[in-house]
Amino acid sequence: MKCQICSQAEAIVHIKEVRDDRVNELHLCEKCAREKGFHSMLDQGKASLANQFIWMAENLYPDATAKVGHIQCATCGLTYSDFVQSGRLGCPDCYTHFGPQLKQILRRVHGSVRHVGRAPGKDGEVFERRQKAQRLHEELERAVEREEYERAAVLRDQIRLLEESAAGSPPLSPPPERVDERACGDAGGDA
Amino acid sequence: MNLPVAEMVPADGKWFAGTGPLQDAILSTRVRLARNLRGHRFPPKALPEESNRILQRAAGCLRQVPEFERATFHAMEELSTLERQFLLERHLISHDLARDGRHRGLIFSADESVGVMVNEEDHLRIQALAPGFQLDQCFTAATRIDDRLEGDLEYAFSEDLGYLTACPTNVGTGMRASVLIHLPALVLTRRIKKVLTGVNQVGLAVRGFYGEGTDVLGNFFQISNQLTLGEKESQTLLSLERVIHQVLEYEEKAREVLLKDAGDQIRDKVVRALGVLTHAYLLSSEEVIGLASAVRLGVTLGMPGLPDARTLHALLLYSQPGHLQIAAGAEMTSRERNAMRARWIQERLAPPR
Repeated sequence: MKCQICSQAEAIVHIKEVRDDRVNELHLCEKCAREKGFHSMLDQGKASLANQFIWMAENLYPDATAKVGHIQCATCGLTYSDFVQSGRLGCPDCYTHFGPQLKQILRRVHGSVRHVGRAPGKDGEVFERRQKAQRLHEELERAVEREEYERAAVLRDQIRLLEESAAGSPPLSPPPERVDERACGDAGGDA
Repeated sequence: MNLPVAEMVPADGKWFAGTGPLQDAILSTRVRLARNLRGHRFPPKALPEESNRILQRAAGCLRQVPEFERATFHAMEELSTLERQFLLERHLISHDLARDGRHRGLIFSADESVGVMVNEEDHLRIQALAPGFQLDQCFTAATRIDDRLEGDLEYAFSEDLGYLTACPTNVGTGMRASVLIHLPALVLTRRIKKVLTGVNQVGLAVRGFYGEGTDVLGNFFQISNQLTLGEKESQTLLSLERVIHQVLEYEEKAREVLLKDAGDQIRDKVVRALGVLTHAYLLSSEEVIGLASAVRLGVTLGMPGLPDARTLHALLLYSQPGHLQIAAGAEMTSRERNAMRARWIQERLAPPR
């Protein structure tokens, strides 16, 4: 396509502008685009992170890509080879459907496949509660081992409170059966 | 014009008119958070009606955010190419948003220190900007908006992978923290390559003046984190901060070397640059970036009689093509812009009478 202004050089900048439901398209060569002041739009795009990512997907695991290219995200229909071409996933569920392939690449790019940062409030609370429950369970086990039954009773109550406050949220892992029995039976005893 | 240009053009009360820590070397700091809505395709793959629904939904929620109480939500489609260029130069939108405005939107605070792009590569791109070196402040400002929005919108989040993003390079924290830094002495002493290679090796990215994929102009570099998975935001910010301090130390040493080995040549370069800025009839924007960079070097070397770092920053911003044309209220040819730019800079740098 030739530049709309000079009609000579090949157009390399393509701009779409929608006004009053009308789409205006601008196709400009480099010189005319610079003349119009779009040089910052020209000077970008080559070595982006996303491109590096695609390069990795294509070059580090070419066989893997060929074998799994047909795999499709059941939610949005994107295939793995679509992803390799564009470097962009189609929807949040792609992370599940391309899980094994993505994990390999994520490990190379980020050196990790596990998020440890912020979490949205609701999920964040679940995180926090789970961690706290884990701590309490561990403490409870230790208390029982040391036959500190009074302490164990306090811990058991705390765990129960935590579980009640979690009503309506994903269930927390239940405390080990034996700990529960002994702690309950001996609560208040002469430890 | 759909943009409130009369309010936007003056620098008064804007973040870039303020001062920040280490501003002689660091122009600005930015933190952005990428967020997506659960149950929707990411913008590059979303269908038009889905994108429009998200745009409307996001606009409604964004208007409730206290920071945007008096702000206008702009549908990018309603803005002209010139207005978009202006916003791009102001660091309020990305190249992608400037190029294609369909189903996309933007809201920003009156001081332009916080803003949110809708339907960029991710449904929401929350960003905070500050003058000088202020990583924590930017992070806090961005998370305040994030916290507010997550009350109204359900984010796409996985316990394993964190915030899910269209590009897997952002998955996890979805955070990109970047610092626009001026390193003239390292460039002049030819040590920059070694330093930047080191920066790359510790997992940070280096880019040009306008962000991803752009050329380095006037010795201005953007240094930012690349990793978003497996590391807490606070750790990411801390390692970026450490590296920046290290780079500044190298720059400081390079300045000492310059002054010792080539003091006169450097001083000459600085005053010549100022001479061109204050006397030329025609100036291109790239030339201004180079000249302003040289004068900035003089400022950091403590040379007397130079405009301060803040004035130079304003000069870089206001002499860009979009800014000049918005200020003039008309489209101009590159020649007309070069003349206007030179006149404007002369007025700006003229010694007070």
